[in-house]
Amino acid sequence: MLMSLDAEQVARIAYLARLQIDSEAIPDYARNLSAILDFVEQMNAVDTSGIEPMAHPQDVSQRLRDDVVTESNQRDLFQQIAPATENGLYLVPKVIE
Amino acid sequence: MEWETVIGLEIHAQLKTRSKIFSGASTAYGAEPNTQACTVDLGLPGVLPVLNKEVVRMATKFGLAIGAEVARKSVFARKNYFYPDLPKGYQISQFELPVVKAGTLTITLDDGETKVIGVTRAHLEEDAGKSLHEDFHGMTGIDLNRAGTPLLEIVSEPDMRSAREAVAYMRKIHSLVQYLDICDGNMQEGSFRCDANVSVRPKGQEAFGTRTEIKNINSFRFVERAINYEVQRQIDLIEDGGEVVQETRLYDPDRNETRSMRSKEEANDYRYFPDPDLLPLVIEPEFIEQVKKEMPELPDEKKARFESEHGLSSYDANVLIASRATADYFEAVVAELGGEAKLVANWMNGELAARLNRDAIEIEQAPVSADAFAGLLRRIVDNTISGKIAKEVFDAMWNGEGSADEIIDSRGLKQITDSGAIEAIIDNVIANNPSQVEQYRGGQAKLLGYFVGQVMKATQGKANPAQVNQILKQKLDS
Repeated sequence: MLMSLDAEQVARIAYLARLQIDSEAIPDYARNLSAILDFVEQMNAVDTSGIEPMAHPQDVSQRLRDDVVTESNQRDLFQQIAPATENGLYLVPKVIE
Repeated sequence: MEWETVIGLEIHAQLKTRSKIFSGASTAYGAEPNTQACTVDLGLPGVLPVLNKEVVRMATKFGLAIGAEVARKSVFARKNYFYPDLPKGYQISQFELPVVKAGTLTITLDDGETKVIGVTRAHLEEDAGKSLHEDFHGMTGIDLNRAGTPLLEIVSEPDMRSAREAVAYMRKIHSLVQYLDICDGNMQEGSFRCDANVSVRPKGQEAFGTRTEIKNINSFRFVERAINYEVQRQIDLIEDGGEVVQETRLYDPDRNETRSMRSKEEANDYRYFPDPDLLPLVIEPEFIEQVKKEMPELPDEKKARFESEHGLSSYDANVLIASRATADYFEAVVAELGGEAKLVANWMNGELAARLNRDAIEIEQAPVSADAFAGLLRRIVDNTISGKIAKEVFDAMWNGEGSADEIIDSRGLKQITDSGAIEAIIDNVIANNPSQVEQYRGGQAKLLGYFVGQVMKATQGKANPAQVNQILKQKLDS
């Protein structure tokens, strides 16, 4: 089955990923993204029943660390690369929800 | 039409670890902004998260406490969305394979009725930072100290049928996580908060109605109010011919109403996928066995013991086990007094609870310690003061005027138990109230209370009530 994304779906995907795209480029994106989905769709043809999904390519499990505070305050260092700070806060363009 | 309410809760309990879930930064509350946000919390390039062992132990404890299966294998996933207080652009959470599978919890309602509520799952995740919207020259301030703080999200089945049931469930979880010592339960600081999924349906209908989600409610009172408001809003909407829209709503406690935050169409598509930075979490049976051995006495077990060991009623026991701090206070007072459990329960559930309520504080903040409280009750037990005077002494203790004995001494409140002295006062009262005496002797037995009152008035309440009753009866009936 061929997957085909329409212009609206492409615009929504771009919005969710916070990507600004030109409207004239949308048909191209739609074609390319649809081709990727078609490729994934091909893999769906393989029978995977009875196979446990892998969360990671290696068959190893998570190493745990002890609950110990190891980090000290390096705020001044970290904030050197921030575009704007005040009273120890990072400043970003106003967000209102 | 008769409507039925359907409620499910998602509770976020902040786990009481020293360091964060995936980094070695401190989780202490109230630090200067961004002084506890390290490279991992800031989402700087090239860093790797490493899971905190204590978080796994705490989740396991919770799973055991609700009779759930603790997953041998669970997986961390990325929940993708953009917000400035989430520097990585995704929250590390668990999606398809949570650490705690289905369990149950029994709640007790005010009328003593019990109900079993299903817990669908509980999963581990990291908290986001905080956005401060006060005006920074038209910009928003971001504090990432909270980013990476471990959370256990506890998701219930849609098993609750009223706001009261939802509150009872939330209280039970609140008490349980504190008993387990995995969360401090501090709702002002946001350590324990909840989202409520609410829908209504005609009574008898099996299919659920369209639900709305009320976000981030941080007090028991607000949960009850928010749900009640939302239920009425949905019923009014449907009865006026409208339709409930699936959406996220915010509760505004100042106006006591819920407001639309975003509809399903605008909702995020979180695009969950397994986090390639983290390997699957494997919990070995030996680890679970070890945690089992460390489990404290749980609320239901404690309640049963309070009933059998201390002879308390189911109601009294239930009130006392509601929080671990309350139960500990009770046991400390009883140990200090060497018994008198019923008296302690009455005073705690009556006078102490009323004062805590009035001052809107928790028992941990009570100005009268368990030891001092035992000192007060000891003077009731040994007849130094009556229950009524004890209330006055308790008030003074509450105001920081000293110990029970100091206050009894300085105010001269010691009970009059000298029967000669009481007799003299009674003779005086009888002599001064001839008409009441006549009425009493004429059959108006109720007037005994009047005489008791007069004697108490004459002694500023200090006469031993049992003695007063006995001597009064003797004299009036002779």
